[in-house]
Amino acid sequence: MRPLEAAFWAATLLPFVVTPSYLALASQVAITALFALSLDLILGYAGIVSLGHAAYFGFGAYTAGLLSKHDFGEPLTGLVLAAIAAGLLGYVTSHLIVRFRHLALIMLTLGLGLLLAEAANSASWLTGGADGLQGVKTAPLLGFKFDLYGRTAYAYSLAVLFLLFLVARRIIHSPFGLALRGIRENARRMPAIGAPSLAHLRKVYTIAAVMAGAAGALLTQTTSTVSLEVLSFGRSADVLVILILGGAGRLYGGIVGAIIYMVARDQFASMNPQYWYFWVGLLLVAVVLFLPNGVLGGLSALYKRPE
Amino acid sequence: MLSTKDLNKRFGSLVVAQDIALELPAGVRYALIGPNGAGKTTLINLLTGLLAPDAGQIFLAGREISALRPEARVRAGLARTFQINTLFAGLTPLESVAIAVLEREGHAHNWWRALPAFGAAIEEAHGLLAKLRLAPVEHRATRELAYGQQRLLEIALALATRPRVLLLDEPAAGVPQDESAELFAAIAGLSQELTVLFIEHDMNVVFRFAERIIVMVGGRILAEGTPGEVARDARVREVYLGKHARAA
Ligand SMILES: Nc1ncnc2c1ncn2[C@@H]1O[C@H](COP(=O)(O)OP(=O)(O)OP(=O)(O)O)[C@@H](O)[C@H]1O
Ligand SMILES: [Mg+2]
Repeated sequence: MRPLEAAFWAATLLPFVVTPSYLALASQVAITALFALSLDLILGYAGIVSLGHAAYFGFGAYTAGLLSKHDFGEPLTGLVLAAIAAGLLGYVTSHLIVRFRHLALIMLTLGLGLLLAEAANSASWLTGGADGLQGVKTAPLLGFKFDLYGRTAYAYSLAVLFLLFLVARRIIHSPFGLALRGIRENARRMPAIGAPSLAHLRKVYTIAAVMAGAAGALLTQTTSTVSLEVLSFGRSADVLVILILGGAGRLYGGIVGAIIYMVARDQFASMNPQYWYFWVGLLLVAVVLFLPNGVLGGLSALYKRPE
Repeated sequence: MLSTKDLNKRFGSLVVAQDIALELPAGVRYALIGPNGAGKTTLINLLTGLLAPDAGQIFLAGREISALRPEARVRAGLARTFQINTLFAGLTPLESVAIAVLEREGHAHNWWRALPAFGAAIEEAHGLLAKLRLAPVEHRATRELAYGQQRLLEIALALATRPRVLLLDEPAAGVPQDESAELFAAIAGLSQELTVLFIEHDMNVVFRFAERIIVMVGGRILAEGTPGEVARDARVREVYLGKHARAA
């Protein structure tokens, strides 16, 4: 790990001492960062544009919620099971998703996302419908209760984010990761050099679904609530905005985007919550015009200039 | 080494391949010639599985490959290049060729070990690029390479799959004449066991580098033979070479 990276991860511990009253927010940021990281694997590295990535996040969130509601509240087991469940959903849907590109792909992911959200809404006997899932109780994590200040929540979310970040980092530096970049750069050439692109895409899509499901489970467990919002189109759109804002295909893009977006939203919420999407819109236009590769892309361009 | 039986393909009412029967023995350098729109690229697309034929069969080294997906045909030993550059613009030549090598060696599914652990594959990619004199630019983004270098990279990518049959679709398309000769010299220098079929419009190049020539017109194979035989063939002269001769 390079010094800058080490410094970054050390800095993620600062909220414990510097802003202890914001640990709940910090935990949300870490969860969103993990969600954005999972989107980065498919969008930034493999070129799969998704408008329905919340499907896997929400599936993980509901799985973890249902488990703890039915007295399997041990968080680590719940996390693993929820991630596996989301991965299975990802694997099944990947067979359809990877056959499409461009507009068809966007419509398809959007459609699947809406489908799942509506299914969860209708199945209120299982999900609690619009009222949300009632009776979610997360057991202590390795003996630590989920306290009101969010200390356990942030420590837990951060640890999971860090671990899965290391996995993602491995993936993109591996032969598999290189093949994914090949697919992103030229899907037509890949079969002509012997690469089974669709199999590669199914695999990364499944991995991304596992990570998104883990993020969803973390949200359930750290807040002890699950609502339909976890499956909403808004969540899919937000994570896309976050990744583009931070910089897709850059590993840290999702994390940086999540920090900026979530902290800004928190600040705005205390002023004019109803104007939030006005500012998001403005931000998006500005990013596309001035920072087409996101904040990280802009920073790395600045950094390279003096050479 | 590569053969076909009664390959047929039409786009609507346009017949682009009609009863194509090929028989390419191992190690022979073939040129595939024919006027624009004759169906040469289409034939390569049929052979490599990018297009499905309406009828007919394809055999590689005695094994039928007609039902195999494109990537499986590549693994069976059939590689091709593209008339229009089909490269990984944002990757370096070294990365691009490494993808093909890693895929061939069965490492491409590996997502838990970092690339430096695959030194042999990287080394092989480097060696291949060096042979095609691309080593000096192997760390540049492909999109920054000169056009002629990109044409060479097309060939490097195909070679990285260690093919038994190599199909080159106008390898020198758009390359100035002096560079074109260099490019074909590189092709001529490839292993003698490799079967090569190249599409080319420049007759000087064709007669210089091909051991045998296939002439295609309107989706049919009009003639096949040594350069001498083809040059003497009256139908060929009339339909194809004659036209060129008049134009010149
Ligand atoms: N996908 C397609 N759909 C419909 N028609 C096509 C398609 N691909 C090629 N054609 C047509 O089929 C004919 C043969 O095309 P092909 O590209 O094989 O010619 P070619 O011999 O390679 O020509 P050139 O020397 O110009 O490269 C052309 O008339 C072309 O317009
Ligand atoms: Mg052609």
